[in-house]
Amino acid sequence: MSMDVLEPRTRPVRERQSKLSVVDCDIHPAAKSALELKPYMPQQWWEHLTTFGSGVRQNFSETLAYPRMQAEVSRVDAWPPSGGPPGSDLDFMRAQHLDPNNVERGILIPLRMNAGSQRNLAFGAALCRAINEWQIETWCRKEERLRGSIQVSADDVKFSVAEIERCAADPTYVQVLIPPRNLEPLGRERYWPIFEAAVAANRPIAMHVGGVSGSPAGAGTGTISYYVEEHQSLVQAMQAVLVSLVVEGVFERFPTLKIVMVEAGFAWLPALSWRLDTQWKRFKAEVPQLKRLPSEYIREHFWFTTQPIEEPERPEDLDRIIDWIGEDRIMFSTDYPHWDFDDPNYVFKTRMSETRRRKIFSENAKTLFNLRDA
Amino acid sequence: MSWHVVAKVDEIAPGQSKMVSARGREIGVFNVNGDFFALANKCPHEGASLCKGRVIGLAESDEPGHYRLTRKGELLRCPWHGWEFDIRTGQSWCDPVHTKVKAYSVMVESGDKLGDKSKGPYVAETFAVSVEDNYILVDV
Repeated sequence: MSMDVLEPRTRPVRERQSKLSVVDCDIHPAAKSALELKPYMPQQWWEHLTTFGSGVRQNFSETLAYPRMQAEVSRVDAWPPSGGPPGSDLDFMRAQHLDPNNVERGILIPLRMNAGSQRNLAFGAALCRAINEWQIETWCRKEERLRGSIQVSADDVKFSVAEIERCAADPTYVQVLIPPRNLEPLGRERYWPIFEAAVAANRPIAMHVGGVSGSPAGAGTGTISYYVEEHQSLVQAMQAVLVSLVVEGVFERFPTLKIVMVEAGFAWLPALSWRLDTQWKRFKAEVPQLKRLPSEYIREHFWFTTQPIEEPERPEDLDRIIDWIGEDRIMFSTDYPHWDFDDPNYVFKTRMSETRRRKIFSENAKTLFNLRDA
Repeated sequence: MSWHVVAKVDEIAPGQSKMVSARGREIGVFNVNGDFFALANKCPHEGASLCKGRVIGLAESDEPGHYRLTRKGELLRCPWHGWEFDIRTGQSWCDPVHTKVKAYSVMVESGDKLGDKSKGPYVAETFAVSVEDNYILVDV
């Protein structure tokens, strides 16, 4: 290589937008070990956990039905130097995520141990309650940017209602967390007391993809083969739950109920709504409890988090989908520390208006979760 | 651009890599079966520290049910979303045209030749060089 071709490389000047202030609607905290939960569990259930383990509605219940290509479903770089699984070290979370990504508020969504999908409902209730208290004591009390979720187990309706009422007085809990996959579709009337309690507590209900219903994942098609299929089935389950909530008439009964769909994407929403509207016009005698177009309930009652963002070949297609859904209904999320984390600086490939940007990255979540106290 | 001395040859064994810094840029230097390659430590997809990912092979299949692992140790998988890049070129396996990691030229030179001005302005970033050893240089 001769000297005359070694010109200093002129770096393309990338127009920088102002530093984003972010509300992250999906952060997954983990315990370094189950021992962290011990102080919050009655002796009976601690012994149950250490003797029998957790038992969700699948075989090999403490494993993932579809093993991920990355350990603990996590970013390879998210293992704390102090030891423990990704998401278990607050200082490392601050250094790797909260500080550099300018996270003004982060909402914790505890998923580990699948407390909401336990076969033994009484154990599941004890686990949910322990996780709810652990979340506040271990995370939110130590880091003022973090907020918690009231984890419940939908198939234990009585417990769920009691737990929502118990936690409602603490504003650190900003939402109720229900797995989308349960023993029955979530719109069924047997689950309605939970919705009633959420409305009374003035909390949205968040559904994060996952949960274990006892039926094979895969939209009723039988047992699917691959993780890549299961990843799609997560969204199919969310679509089915959305339709169930709408057509069962949940929103006629609870006109102020708010639902947040976490980690399900959103680009599918217009097409699903179009189909549902068309069919409702033909079949509405079957569901006379619906007084309006399904899409009207959807637009009024649902919020969607961004991660994992859809990545169409033409990035501007996503802008048009956001136009349809409404820029007030999309809320940024990262999924930290999981492998499909979205980085706030890269997640959107097109330039959006400053107003839209502020709404999606922080304002919508601040409004929905009443986070303007700070 | 100029050549920067970033490591001794024997510091990076086959299959291993080293993170180096040259002109303020983080660069991963990889030893693939005795050949050295250098990639920017930034995934073009969402900006992850790419070189923290695992070095892997390529799972290939000509038809369902028949699989083989090829090019062992020649691909780097992003620690976040698992994008796979050819360590030799920086090209993405899935999207070779549009998605590419910045790859830097690398050469190996013996310590006694580093003073030869006809080969360009060498800059040793991290340590004093000695004439006895062989060094890896990256063009940044």
